[in-house]
Amino acid sequence: MSKKPTGGNSLRRQMRKWSPLFLAAVVAAFAIGFVWPFVQGIYLSFCKFRLIRDAELIGFGNYLTALQDEGFRKAFWYTAGFAIVSLVLINVLAFAVAYALTQGIRGSNLYRTVFFMPNLIGGIVLGYIWSMIFDGILHRYGTSIVENSTWGFWGLVILVCWQQIGYMMIIYIAGLQAVPEDMLEAAKIDGANKWQTLFKVTIPNVMPSITICTFLGLTNGFKLFDQNLALTGGMPIITMADGTSIKTTEMLALNIYSTFYNSKSTYPGVAQAKAVLFFLLVAGLGLAQLAYTRKREVQQ
Amino acid sequence: MKKFLALALALILSLSLVACGGGGSSKGSVYWLNFKPESDEALQQIAALYKEKKGVEVKVVTAASGTYSQTLTAEMDKSAPPTLFVVGNANSVKDWSSYALDLKDTPIAKELNTDAYNLYDENGKLVSIGYCFECYGIIVNPDLIEKAGHSMDELKNFAGLKAVAEDIHKNAATLGFDAFSSCDMDPSSSWRFTGHMVNLVYYYQERDGGSKWTECPATLSNDYVENYKNLYDLCINNSLTDPKDLATGGHDAEAEFKSGKAAFFVNGSWEYSAVSETVPNATMIPYYCGVSGEEKAGLNCGTENCWAVNAKASEADQQATMDFLVWLVTDPEASRIAVDTFGAMPYKNAQESTNKFLAAADQYAANGCYVMDWATNYQPAVDDYRAALVSALNAYNADQSAANWETVRTAMIDGWAAQYKAQNG
Repeated sequence: MSKKPTGGNSLRRQMRKWSPLFLAAVVAAFAIGFVWPFVQGIYLSFCKFRLIRDAELIGFGNYLTALQDEGFRKAFWYTAGFAIVSLVLINVLAFAVAYALTQGIRGSNLYRTVFFMPNLIGGIVLGYIWSMIFDGILHRYGTSIVENSTWGFWGLVILVCWQQIGYMMIIYIAGLQAVPEDMLEAAKIDGANKWQTLFKVTIPNVMPSITICTFLGLTNGFKLFDQNLALTGGMPIITMADGTSIKTTEMLALNIYSTFYNSKSTYPGVAQAKAVLFFLLVAGLGLAQLAYTRKREVQQ
Repeated sequence: MKKFLALALALILSLSLVACGGGGSSKGSVYWLNFKPESDEALQQIAALYKEKKGVEVKVVTAASGTYSQTLTAEMDKSAPPTLFVVGNANSVKDWSSYALDLKDTPIAKELNTDAYNLYDENGKLVSIGYCFECYGIIVNPDLIEKAGHSMDELKNFAGLKAVAEDIHKNAATLGFDAFSSCDMDPSSSWRFTGHMVNLVYYYQERDGGSKWTECPATLSNDYVENYKNLYDLCINNSLTDPKDLATGGHDAEAEFKSGKAAFFVNGSWEYSAVSETVPNATMIPYYCGVSGEEKAGLNCGTENCWAVNAKASEADQQATMDFLVWLVTDPEASRIAVDTFGAMPYKNAQESTNKFLAAADQYAANGCYVMDWATNYQPAVDDYRAALVSALNAYNADQSAANWETVRTAMIDGWAAQYKAQNG
């Protein structure tokens, strides 16, 4: 029987010896679940295919078609508008709720739980539930969420606000609780009023939370799919005089999805090219925004 | 560590061998990717019966409602893809022709009693063969028609249908039922109008052209749009549900008809088993829409239920699939289940159908009426085309103005041309 290992060195040796085994599982999962599909996805964006195994390289044609697609461009601007509006609303409201719930009011924990709960419901279910709510109201005015693109837009904004405010609120609460008491006290002694304390002390101190929340808000806004599919599915559709049609509430992810399953044989490749462009856009925006807000974080 | 690695490698190797060996038994196996959730139970029963009688495994997988195309794409990419799948319309033939075996002169093709439901690609390859046929039109509850003081004999053309429907609607409060059940425009119901009823616009053009379409026409004429409007207006304006409330659905048209709240229900033969539970003498009449000579119109008959055999499956699997199909259309017990599920099967030795809607279709044909074939199967970029039409109809339902109807016409006629151009241009 071997001697029982004793002391820190032995433990470290053991950890070094066995760590690859534990890492391997995660690395393998990451490689299988992300790296390989991602690389394959990029390759497929240069191909014509119906099934992945029969892909045939055709060069940059898919990208050209994707960029010339008016529906895709329209979806981009629509998505950008949506992402900005929802980003601002979600963050302002989540911060306000978090601020209110860190003032020591009675039942704070209950409120936190209640506000967080919508985040636990899946996007498709939420979409259908909200379409019933909106239509219940809009019915009185002789319209429907799928008949009016303005209502479609704001309906989607309300839905994601309802879903995501609670989640962002939790992040802000964590940030607000980490603001050093002595700083707040010092501000009070120096005669700062509530607004000055909020803008000059509290907000600079919760910048890391703001960074995370704006990053999440922006990327979530751009990536939104299930809610869009279930709430409006791109409706209403405007039919132009020449018979072409434009889905007025279609966001980028839904546009990519419908392109993939459109029956033209080259379209799966075009959808793949759109998906790669979509990735570059979301990753680029996310990184730029991270770099920008990080500069404003206070190092404690 | 080495021992562990060796063990892990051995495990991976054995797992991959198991995976490779999955579909490769020498006897061959059958994997049927079914597209109709409502027939899943019966197909599982048939599969179990085949296993019991012939000892061959038949795996039936059913795609969730409305996701057949996605499921087929994913399944065909797997190492053990479906050996039997559904290729039911012109678009699908384009997509899947290269994965389908040419069924010409195969044992299953020899069992057919008609070529009417078969689909060929542009090179004349028999890509898929119909395994059942269906019909659609307007389902009628004759008892309610009588109760309203009318007779089925009045329903011989659009004028007759209009008079009866409008009279019932006018007196709905006293009668206790209305003319048409709800005409919802949500995805679970809109296809009845943007996929089926619109067939009259296509069919009459096809008939004017003198021969059956063999490929999607690049353009359509406006000739029969007004006829569609006649029938559509009649349906939405003489119904249980206000046209303004149709956009997001939520009404159960089938239940309304079954419970005797409506005398008419726009749908097809697949509804027979459900409807006949409470309305045993329900029958079906054609889409009367004001076309001259429509007294001689029959029902819309056709199918999207067509079998294709995977050309890339192993020979043993192809053979097993072929044997299974022949058994299914000849074995009395199996074909009974299949016929009761699907309606009617165009095979020499299959059982007779008990579906009264299909019997009505046969009766119309026997009386010398023309069969309206499913020209609708040629709709280009079907999902996008129908979605645009639904959106235009939603606007029209909310406000039945001439301008809104013009948008419906544009989506129906110019939308076809635009989708065709996008697909083929």
